[in-house]
Amino acid sequence: MVNLKKDSLIIANKKFNSRLIVGTGKYKSMSECAKAIKLSGAEIVTVAVRRVNISDKNKPLLMDYIDPKKITYLPNTAGCFNSKEALRTLRLAREIGGWKLVKLEVLGDKKNLFPDMIETLKSTEVLAKEGFKVMVYCNDDPLMAKRLENSGADAIMPLAAPIGSGLGIQNKINIQIIRNQTKLPLIIDAGLGQASDATIAMELGCDGVLVNTAIAKAKKPFEMALAFKNAVIAGRQSYKSGRIDKILMGNPSSPSKGII
Amino acid sequence: MKKIKKIKIKINGKIKSINQDSNLSLVLKNLKIPLNKVAIELNEEIIDKKKISKIKLNKNDKIEIVHFIGGG
Repeated sequence: MVNLKKDSLIIANKKFNSRLIVGTGKYKSMSECAKAIKLSGAEIVTVAVRRVNISDKNKPLLMDYIDPKKITYLPNTAGCFNSKEALRTLRLAREIGGWKLVKLEVLGDKKNLFPDMIETLKSTEVLAKEGFKVMVYCNDDPLMAKRLENSGADAIMPLAAPIGSGLGIQNKINIQIIRNQTKLPLIIDAGLGQASDATIAMELGCDGVLVNTAIAKAKKPFEMALAFKNAVIAGRQSYKSGRIDKILMGNPSSPSKGII
Repeated sequence: MKKIKKIKIKINGKIKSINQDSNLSLVLKNLKIPLNKVAIELNEEIIDKKKISKIKLNKNDKIEIVHFIGGG
């Protein structure tokens, strides 16, 4: 039997049992978000850094619903369109409470939300030098992934498809090439639409997946959170089990000897 | 009674009028900001939260107070 308990995900020397990372955006309420996270079994959640609403002091805070002592907060630079904004955001995030493990995401186009890899690469270098542990959202480009690795990234996070698109993995070959070239944690980030997409990512050899919209915007977010949890486990188990070779012709499952 | 002079500063993009001799700690206290859950910038420089009572504010200072919210 595969002992999945010992099969931990290690990012920047920190051990996690769950290979599913979930986003905390787009939920109807904070309590819905908290419940979905619990059901997903995720131990890391992405969070955004934004201005405090100073006119409504009673507005509920994320930290009141999701305890950062129990769940690892992964501050994210979503919404940043250049290196300067991204660095400012993550330096602030670190200041909130000592977070060093961060997700860098520098977008290049407001419509397709593809990452600006030049700005992303520049930011990775600076953040690594400043002692951050950087998980980097990137294109599914093996050359860029290598450059990020050489610049001090702690995890490579290629997109499956545009953020929030729900299209699933569009370029399996590139993901496999990246998998084969890196020992860094490889986490599919963005573009997944349903649980089976997560299974495919895991079967390609990815170390984890990051999902937000597919759970938060599902008709039944709690059920979908559970589905993704199971899908990631299934995919990982399948990958570790070693699939059979593909052949073009049929190969009977029952012995031909002894046919009456 | 001596009238306290007011100065205008910007907090999270909104103009606020504060007493001239206010320090940053006092301003944050009045806004009921939970210090352990935020980060603060003064004129685009991150402020060490332990030192806020020593920081005097000047006219046109820009303060940004940020925290974590839901995001992907």
